[in-house]
Amino acid sequence: MHIGVFVCHCGSNISGTVDCPQTAKAAGEFPDVVYSTDEMYTCSEPGQESIIRAIKEHNLDGVVVASCSPRMHEATFRRTVERAGLNPYMFEMANIREHVSWVGRDKALNTRKAIDLIGMAVAKLRNGTPLFSERFNVTRKLMVIGGGVAGIQAALDAADSGIEVVLVERETTIGGKMAKLDKTFPTIDCSSCVLGPKMVEVAQHPKITLYAASEVDNVSGYVGNFTVQVRKRAVYVDWDACTGCGLCTEKCPSRKTPDPFNELIATTTAINIPFPQAIPKKATINPDYCLQLTKGKCGVCAKVCPVGCIDFEQQDKIEEVQVGAIVVATGYDLFDYSVYKQYGAGKLPDVITSLQYERLLNASGPTGGHVLRPSDGAEPKHVVFIQCVGSRDKSKGRAYCSSFCCMYTAKQAILTKSHLPDSQSYVFYMDIRSPGKGYDEFTRRTQELYGAQYIRGRVSSIHQHGSSLVVRGADTLAGMQVEIKADLVVLAVGIEPSRNSQKLAATLHISADTDGFFMEGHPKLKPVETNTAGVFLAGCCQGPRDIPTSVSMGSAAAAKAMVLFSNEQLESDPQVATVNATRCVGCYKCVKTCPFGAILESEDRWKNPKAEVLPTICKGCGICSVTCPHGAIQLNHFTDNQLLAEVNAICPLPTI
Amino acid sequence: MNNTVIAYYPGCSGKGSSAEYDLSTRTVLRHLGVDALEVENWSCCGSSPAHAVDHVLSAALSGRNLARVRSMGHDLVTTPCPSCLSNLKNAAHAVRDDDVRAKVNSLLDEECPTDVEAISTLQFFLEQVGLDTIQEAVVNPMPTLRVVCYYGCLTTRPPKLMCFDDPENPMSMDNILECCGIEVIPFPLKVDCCGAAFGMPRNDISSRLSGNILNMASELEADAVVVACPLCQMNLDLRQNQVNKACGTHHQMPIFYFTQLMGLSMGLSKKNLGLSKLAVNPEPCLARAGVR
Repeated sequence: MHIGVFVCHCGSNISGTVDCPQTAKAAGEFPDVVYSTDEMYTCSEPGQESIIRAIKEHNLDGVVVASCSPRMHEATFRRTVERAGLNPYMFEMANIREHVSWVGRDKALNTRKAIDLIGMAVAKLRNGTPLFSERFNVTRKLMVIGGGVAGIQAALDAADSGIEVVLVERETTIGGKMAKLDKTFPTIDCSSCVLGPKMVEVAQHPKITLYAASEVDNVSGYVGNFTVQVRKRAVYVDWDACTGCGLCTEKCPSRKTPDPFNELIATTTAINIPFPQAIPKKATINPDYCLQLTKGKCGVCAKVCPVGCIDFEQQDKIEEVQVGAIVVATGYDLFDYSVYKQYGAGKLPDVITSLQYERLLNASGPTGGHVLRPSDGAEPKHVVFIQCVGSRDKSKGRAYCSSFCCMYTAKQAILTKSHLPDSQSYVFYMDIRSPGKGYDEFTRRTQELYGAQYIRGRVSSIHQHGSSLVVRGADTLAGMQVEIKADLVVLAVGIEPSRNSQKLAATLHISADTDGFFMEGHPKLKPVETNTAGVFLAGCCQGPRDIPTSVSMGSAAAAKAMVLFSNEQLESDPQVATVNATRCVGCYKCVKTCPFGAILESEDRWKNPKAEVLPTICKGCGICSVTCPHGAIQLNHFTDNQLLAEVNAICPLPTI
Repeated sequence: MNNTVIAYYPGCSGKGSSAEYDLSTRTVLRHLGVDALEVENWSCCGSSPAHAVDHVLSAALSGRNLARVRSMGHDLVTTPCPSCLSNLKNAAHAVRDDDVRAKVNSLLDEECPTDVEAISTLQFFLEQVGLDTIQEAVVNPMPTLRVVCYYGCLTTRPPKLMCFDDPENPMSMDNILECCGIEVIPFPLKVDCCGAAFGMPRNDISSRLSGNILNMASELEADAVVVACPLCQMNLDLRQNQVNKACGTHHQMPIFYFTQLMGLSMGLSKKNLGLSKLAVNPEPCLARAGVR
């Protein structure tokens, strides 16, 4: 075998702490290595050309590149060797950047480790075999999970390009958090006027199927061919028949039902339509508050419904949907601020969250857009806004910035002034973070034009004093303590990933960061991809985002799906398990351990029991090959022979 | 809780300015079957001055008392005084460091132990006696007595050292007194500053801060303030006339130790609870609450 080794300097990333020329020289001594050199940037065009040239000049049939993590450039170099006529799997990568130069300071030791790692890669390559992909068809249908603004955008863009879209929404209406907002920054345009038409478009688009009040139960399959089980929750109303007339909601006697759309500052009826522009505009029964479902007597809605669509016997229904790609846009929830005991622990009625305040400002909210405080329905005069409640606070386990609170607080201060011209707003802030087009001008306008008083400092306590609230805090610019008598306190509560998103991550085989937000494929270059092929991200499920960025991500995720669907067929990854039938005794231990159900209990033509791998379902995890008592099932590209050769390369047998 | 024996560190104020706290604590403990064994030959915990001068000296002063507890064969000591507790806990924490321990031990005749834990009697009542046992002992509930609980700065702070109750909104005393059949009003200033040791050098500051607490209690129509700290008690009770003078108020607000009200609800005699030691006469308030 003729192997070529290419040691990358990666600028000074590697050469700063690894002696690359010496490493290349030492690599030349490994068995079968006929050519070795070092390069400034192996991944650059000249770097790749030099690999191709060397393959031709030295008649190489295997290549080792010692550079960064294979997650970074393995695909790049596989294409390079393929261009030179080699099988792309006759290529190995030794990671001497993340595993060596970035983590060790001692140049001599680093160089030794780099040489060892190359020795392992060469040994593995010498035991490698060419592998060939199979081609398979793609289901040209996209599932979008989450119908907030990011998911809506992804669904519409994909549908407009001609792709069938299935939009799954957990709540009874799409629109997400944006539908609850009154106005948006920095233009103070009406949130529902901007979002409403898009929601209607989703409802009317011939290419979009909407599953509201539904959740994803299970996902199996692989890129291009996912099978998703969608649970349609029982809503106790036949939505195919319901016209959304609202007669039932007028007559329902159970009027003390908590209203999550109004962030629990108001109540609704047990059968309800969350808001006038809801999509789908269908009634839903809350089974915990419905008198018929809890006590067995009432049924008023069924009596008044002109189309007879009430169905108290309705059960959850599970439907199976075949899709080729999935966009996850599950958004966020608010941090539970009751852990801030000094802010009343959620017990003071006039201390509310920013989202509750949006509902008070909103014309379709419980107060009809009049700012009236919850305790006594009075108009507040002094309104205090507190930023970073559950953001940038390590003591509460929330070290990250929720990104858009500075902006919406400024917006809410402006709206407060326009609703109540005699009012005075105070904003306690840590830093004003307003990096965006027109954003900083906006926060300045809040202060200069609308007279909001910005106080840099944290609030130490809020307590009730008669009918007002006493807010105590520090003004760190003036170096003094401040005490404000407020009528209403609005907490800019930080955000966290939507509830149950950890379960969804496990279902989709995608990972989440330490804060629970879904991990992108690469922080800079793959912001909407995940490490699971065919699963894309949009909006706040990946991290705190404002509306414009969520919309951009929605479009970007749709574009990624379109790219995927532009292929008639996809190539399968050949790095999967294969069964050596002559060794397999049919014990089926592998069948039991495979977490993906990729191995079948099969038989050969003489009816002997044999395991059989479904290569498109196999994820190449290798659990089966360590389970097999006979070494009959092997993972391509990571065979026992290849791995043992690597071990022998760093732990050579002692010479006696 | 029959015949439990605990090591008990009264601290200097327990022998002087807060003798009624010490007395009522022992009385109630005994009534609940707990034998509070005074630490033999105990000495000063270091109080406020020691740690302001030298941390090793401060740790040695409290470390000696921890050693006394160990020599009695105990690994837990309780004290009613939050300041003593803070010093004992600080010492126990400091001597976990090998260097500090060596320095501390060089100042002591006996080695400072590393396995003696100090807790407040408040924590002992709540966690080891338990609300159920307390409730069972109540024979004289006082539902018409409206009180606010004032915890001060040290009872729950610093939170990582004290490891007890919520530092911003403590509820331990509230819960105990509710168990005793007393009406406890939520008190927003329960962890505010009373002025602490500033009563002497800057009486004006101390009076203003203590005044805030008394004003708030009075606005909430409380009959009395309940405390767990001798210094808080002194600022609010003994200095109440000074506060009234400085703030132009006319408070006649009794300031009880929580153990005194526990004792009253258990039908124990006023004499054994040291009620006559309070500066603001509690009798009118107790009479209104139906306690004879």
